[in-house]
Amino acid sequence: MSGHSSYVPKTGFERWLDARLPIIRLTHDSAVSYPVPRNLNYLWTFGGILMFMLVAQIVTGVVLVMHYTPHATMAFNSVEHIMRDVNYGWLLRYLHSNGASMFFVAVYVHIFRGLYYGSYKAPREVLWILGVVIFLLMMATAFMGYVLPWGQMSFWGATVITNLFSALPVVGETIVTFLWGGFSVDNPTLNRFFSLHYLLPFMIFGVVILHVWALHHVGQNNPTGVEVKNVQKDTVPFTPYATIKDIFGMVCFMFVFAYFVFYQPNFMGHADNYIPANPAVTPAHIVPEWYFLPFYAILRAIPDKLGGVVAMGAAIVVLAFLPWIDTSKIKSMSYRPIGRQLFWAFVVVCIGLGWLGAMPAEGGYVIASRIFTALYFGYFVALFVVGLFERPKALPNSIADSVLGSLQGGSGARVALATAAEPNAKG
Amino acid sequence: MSKISFRSAAFGLLLAALPLSAQAAGERVIPPELSWSFSGPFGKFDRAQLQRGYKVFKEVCASCHGATLLRFRNLSQPGGPEFSAGQITALAATFQIKDGPNDEGEMFERPGRPADPFPSPFPNEQAARAASGGAYPVDLSVIAKARTYERGFPKFVFDIFTQYQEQGPDYLAALLTGYKDPPPEGVTLQPGQYYNTYMPGHLIAMPKPLNDGQVEYPKGADGQPQVPETEAQYARDVTAFLVWAAEPHLEARKRIGLQVMLFLLIFGGLLYYTKKKVWSRMPDGSAAH
Repeated sequence: MSGHSSYVPKTGFERWLDARLPIIRLTHDSAVSYPVPRNLNYLWTFGGILMFMLVAQIVTGVVLVMHYTPHATMAFNSVEHIMRDVNYGWLLRYLHSNGASMFFVAVYVHIFRGLYYGSYKAPREVLWILGVVIFLLMMATAFMGYVLPWGQMSFWGATVITNLFSALPVVGETIVTFLWGGFSVDNPTLNRFFSLHYLLPFMIFGVVILHVWALHHVGQNNPTGVEVKNVQKDTVPFTPYATIKDIFGMVCFMFVFAYFVFYQPNFMGHADNYIPANPAVTPAHIVPEWYFLPFYAILRAIPDKLGGVVAMGAAIVVLAFLPWIDTSKIKSMSYRPIGRQLFWAFVVVCIGLGWLGAMPAEGGYVIASRIFTALYFGYFVALFVVGLFERPKALPNSIADSVLGSLQGGSGARVALATAAEPNAKG
Repeated sequence: MSKISFRSAAFGLLLAALPLSAQAAGERVIPPELSWSFSGPFGKFDRAQLQRGYKVFKEVCASCHGATLLRFRNLSQPGGPEFSAGQITALAATFQIKDGPNDEGEMFERPGRPADPFPSPFPNEQAARAASGGAYPVDLSVIAKARTYERGFPKFVFDIFTQYQEQGPDYLAALLTGYKDPPPEGVTLQPGQYYNTYMPGHLIAMPKPLNDGQVEYPKGADGQPQVPETEAQYARDVTAFLVWAAEPHLEARKRIGLQVMLFLLIFGGLLYYTKKKVWSRMPDGSAAH
């Protein structure tokens, strides 16, 4: 979609710089004149929200590191030192810990948006795969971050998750020893997790740049899934149209974020993590953070350890293959009568798996987990099959058509209102 | 800790041998929901309650439990019990703190200062266990946030909106008053075990800590205590104190929260109308939609 640059250097300095490093041109082309489909809904603001969350996590994290001590005997107390003695330390820490949760809220909305509107389909396959890579990096970062306060759930969560790798044949035990830096989760584990927790966000940032680059190359998808045909009619310039809308979406999101930070800061955490890590005492229920629960349910659904690990990995990796699994030519589920129902069933399955992940692995929960795991993968099989025979609804000719079609209905109503108001005006 | 950690793999399998642990799973009785001054979006601590709670903590809990993350000066900072600076200096001086080494290389005792942490009743965990029949009286600094009970669906969803988050204090207050002596029929207690309705599994190693009239409360002008000197009142007061101890900046958090929420509401409102105005026309002047 990137056409000719519309940037015109205005001052002598800009002309001078533009000939040497066209950085203002790059910014102008990608954040000002970049054409955006005019029919995007608010689900499209979550990309910007995620960018904001990434920066917010890095900024609060960098400041937290100034006060945190990554040592098995001091980490817990240093977090409490932040909560008690550091100026606004409680705010920084709650922003960071709740920020992780809100980051995942936003990324899940973003992913499901992509699933519903077929944003993974050609020509956006690479854009989508980069997104899956970011998601994987986010999961690793969040997991390692949760270990840092060195509470009971930190310690036992780390023990359970790192132990998963031991299921891998041949290399499993070696990998686990490498992750631990010893023969159990201990100070070396904490140190390397801390190091990686600081590194990975910058790797995420790098992949995000690629993600945005790919996006700006192919252009945004939109609720109709019909590609831009006429830039003049179908799109609006990023600034001011998308900027103001994204900022408004961001502030609404910050409202929810702030509500948790200031009024329910521990709602998404575990009370057990306020107990210092104790290798001699296992918590009654070891539960990962809520954003891992669906995958945790899949892990436990398979009776075999290696099988569980493979299934959990496959549940994420399968997303990367979605562009080739989904056989339908139609992007947006709005025009796919069967695909749309499948999508909503998939949403229910994911929420169900999340709930099952929080339940103890016993009795009916295990059976339900197995059924829901089968349904999770069933979605991808169904997408493959349904796309072969599904008869889609008629697509609008263009984005402009879809927008102006709704305008006619709207203006009709406005006309009716105007006539109804007339007698009053006369009287 | 690292010494213990090396053996953690082996220990991990022997955990059933710790029936008195606070973590022991078992039948749970849901504690009643009490009304707390610090709950809700405008919640604040009751200074008099925190001061009474500190008195109960000092005279009862602190004989076995530490709260080592707290410092005496915390007791005078805004949003807490707010004792005066003079009171805190005098209070700290009543404690003997081990310090050193001095220039001769000797450890020595000196009167406490406001900057000192609350002293531990025992020098180490082993000494604490030896003096407490094998059980470990845990540090109480963050206990109000470290204890909870399952709310279950759908309550945990409603909690987001009602802002109920006092599972910890409700549980603590219930636990402190939940002793049954003699225990219900069919329950046999080993020496050093006590029956508590709210303890998971009901068996607890801590003897009943609070009794009516045990702690003397400040008297009003009429010579009567401001609140009844009862077990239930002690439990509430000391629990409120422990909530403050676990979250000393709770008041500032809720106060700043209100300011932030109001700002975001107004800013968001302005942005909404700006967005509407921008989107009312396309770049060429035609109607947007």
